[in-house]
Order: sequence, then structure tokens, then C-alpha cells
Amino acid sequence: LSLLELVDRCRRRADPQLLVTEIPYARFLGIRTSVSDGGLLTVLEFRDSNIGNPAVPALHGGVVGALLETAAILELLWEHESEVVPKIINITVDYLRPAGPRDTYAKALITKQGRRIANVSVQAWQGDASKVIATADCHFLLPGGAPDTG
Amino acid sequence: MTSLLEHFRFEASFSDSLKGDTDLDSDTRRMLDKTSDLFIGHIPHVRAMNMTVEHLDADGVTMVLPYSRDLIGDPETGRLHGGAVTTLIDSVAGLAVLAAMPDPGPIATLDLRIDYLRPARPGVSLRAHANCFRLARQIAFVRANAYHDDLSDAIAAAQASFVIKGYGGGLQADGGSN
Repeated sequence: LSLLELVDRCRRRADPQLLVTEIPYARFLGIRTSVSDGGLLTVLEFRDSNIGNPAVPALHGGVVGALLETAAILELLWEHESEVVPKIINITVDYLRPAGPRDTYAKALITKQGRRIANVSVQAWQGDASKVIATADCHFLLPGGAPDTG
Repeated sequence: MTSLLEHFRFEASFSDSLKGDTDLDSDTRRMLDKTSDLFIGHIPHVRAMNMTVEHLDADGVTMVLPYSRDLIGDPETGRLHGGAVTTLIDSVAGLAVLAAMPDPGPIATLDLRIDYLRPARPGVSLRAHANCFRLARQIAFVRANAYHDDLSDAIAAAQASFVIKGYGGGLQADGGSN
């Protein structure tokens, strides 16, 4: 099953979770995703193994970064027809509040989608969606795309 | 990560399995080794990814992330997920700050930027080296690179800043997630 066929099948069933189960690292962290408000809502289930600071306790900052990046990739796969997994060029993560030992949610917004480059910004929160715990801005290369015209 | 550091001085056990520069005085070497042991032994996610500290001193830290199928981001190529690289870099950068602090205390990542310079090779373990190039009273600044064999042929280049939370200068108490 090619990625394109997989995305197609997910869209027809309105269930993007199948995309997550195809990414081993997303399973390793405990990430799932569902359709919400037209886009995707991606969730990082709490697991003890994702703790980065046992004293607070808080999730590892890298795991929070991984959630943000995964939410961005899933959004790109879901919203746009891509035959390959978008390649990350760079990511900037801002850590705003501690990520406590509970489920963490992330929503990505495709700020701009060129033919070759996509800009995606992502926010993560826990109990209260207005209390953002981390944000990320990412650039992705969409392989096979034509050069951007601006 | 660092309340660990608050109690590392009281840890009875001491491992000499990690070797760094030998020209450090023995107390400093012991403190750095203990920092690194606690970092590996007490952080669940660092253990879950089987990361190890290869080298640690005040000038920089090198950590190793073994390749694992669990960390694959693209099943068609077997390449690591960027998030696994982020986690390695956040870990090594934080440890580099702790190693540079004369009196290690709680820190939190403020921000982290990673440029992916070239794809990582599937099946090969990844190393990352970090150096805290400016340790101010309230903020620490770190550069880090991830690579396979050759630091000059980096797969990812990163820059991060950390809040030093012990400083009593009125910083918010909830600075970050790490």
C-alpha cells in the first residue's frame, strides 16, 4: 500500500489514525490523531517512559518537540496530496510552560503551502487549550514538487 | 532534569565507567561523572531510547543514540523521525549546560532550533555533541550538532537556550518543559 493510497483510504473513512500506525516512532511515543474542526487533533498519550524530568515531573522537551513535528507532518499528509513523507528542513520549538504528566494535544496550521516548501506552525496544550505549553514553526520540503514561484 | 542534580552530591554510589579528560581535578571529574550517571539513570525517556553519554566535561558533551526500529519516521526508507533527533539534541544540550555550571541546578529549555542538513543513514547510530558557549546568570546558550562518525559532516545543527531556574532574579517559576 503506497502512502498516497493510505492517505486516500484514511480520507474516505475520515479516520487519519491509520497514518499514525504506519509511523513506528509515533507508536513508540503513544501518539494518535483524529479529525477535528476540519484539521487534525493529535494527542500524545501520557506514558511514564516519556518523562524527561522525574522531579517535577515533566515530559521530555524532545518528546514535546516530536509531538509538534508529528502533528505538522500529519496535517500536511491529510490536507495535501503528497506521495512521500514531507522532509523536515528545520524546526524551532518554544517551550512556554512545563508539560505535566498528562495527555498533551497539538494542532497544526499550514501557514503557507508552496509547490516545494510548506510552512507549518503548531501549538500544544494540556488541560486548558488557552494555556499553550509549547509552539513550533517548521519548514518542510515536499519532494518531487516544482520550484516555488513565490 | 535537574532536581536530580540537587541530590547528586549525596549519592553514595559512584560509577567510573564514563571517562572524560583526565587533567580535571578528581572532585570535578567525579561531579561530572555523577551528573552524567544520574542523567542517564534517572530520566525515563533517556533510558527508553537507550541513549548513553560518551564524553562529558565543562567544554562539551557527546551522547549516542543507537538506531532502533522504534525510532523510524519514514517506514519506506527506515530513516529516523526528526523527533528522535530533537530528543537527542535537547538531551545533550541540557547536559552541556549542567556540565558548564559550577554549581548545577534546575534548568529548563527555553527554545530549540534544529536545521536538518542531510538525511541520517538508516541502521546507523547517531551521535550529538553540544557545547554551552555562553553561561550567563539567568540564561545559557548552547550549540549542538548531530552526526554519525564525523562531527564536521553533521546531519543536524542546532542552537538552544535554557533558563537557569535557581537564579532568584524574578524569573517565572514555570519556565519550560524540561
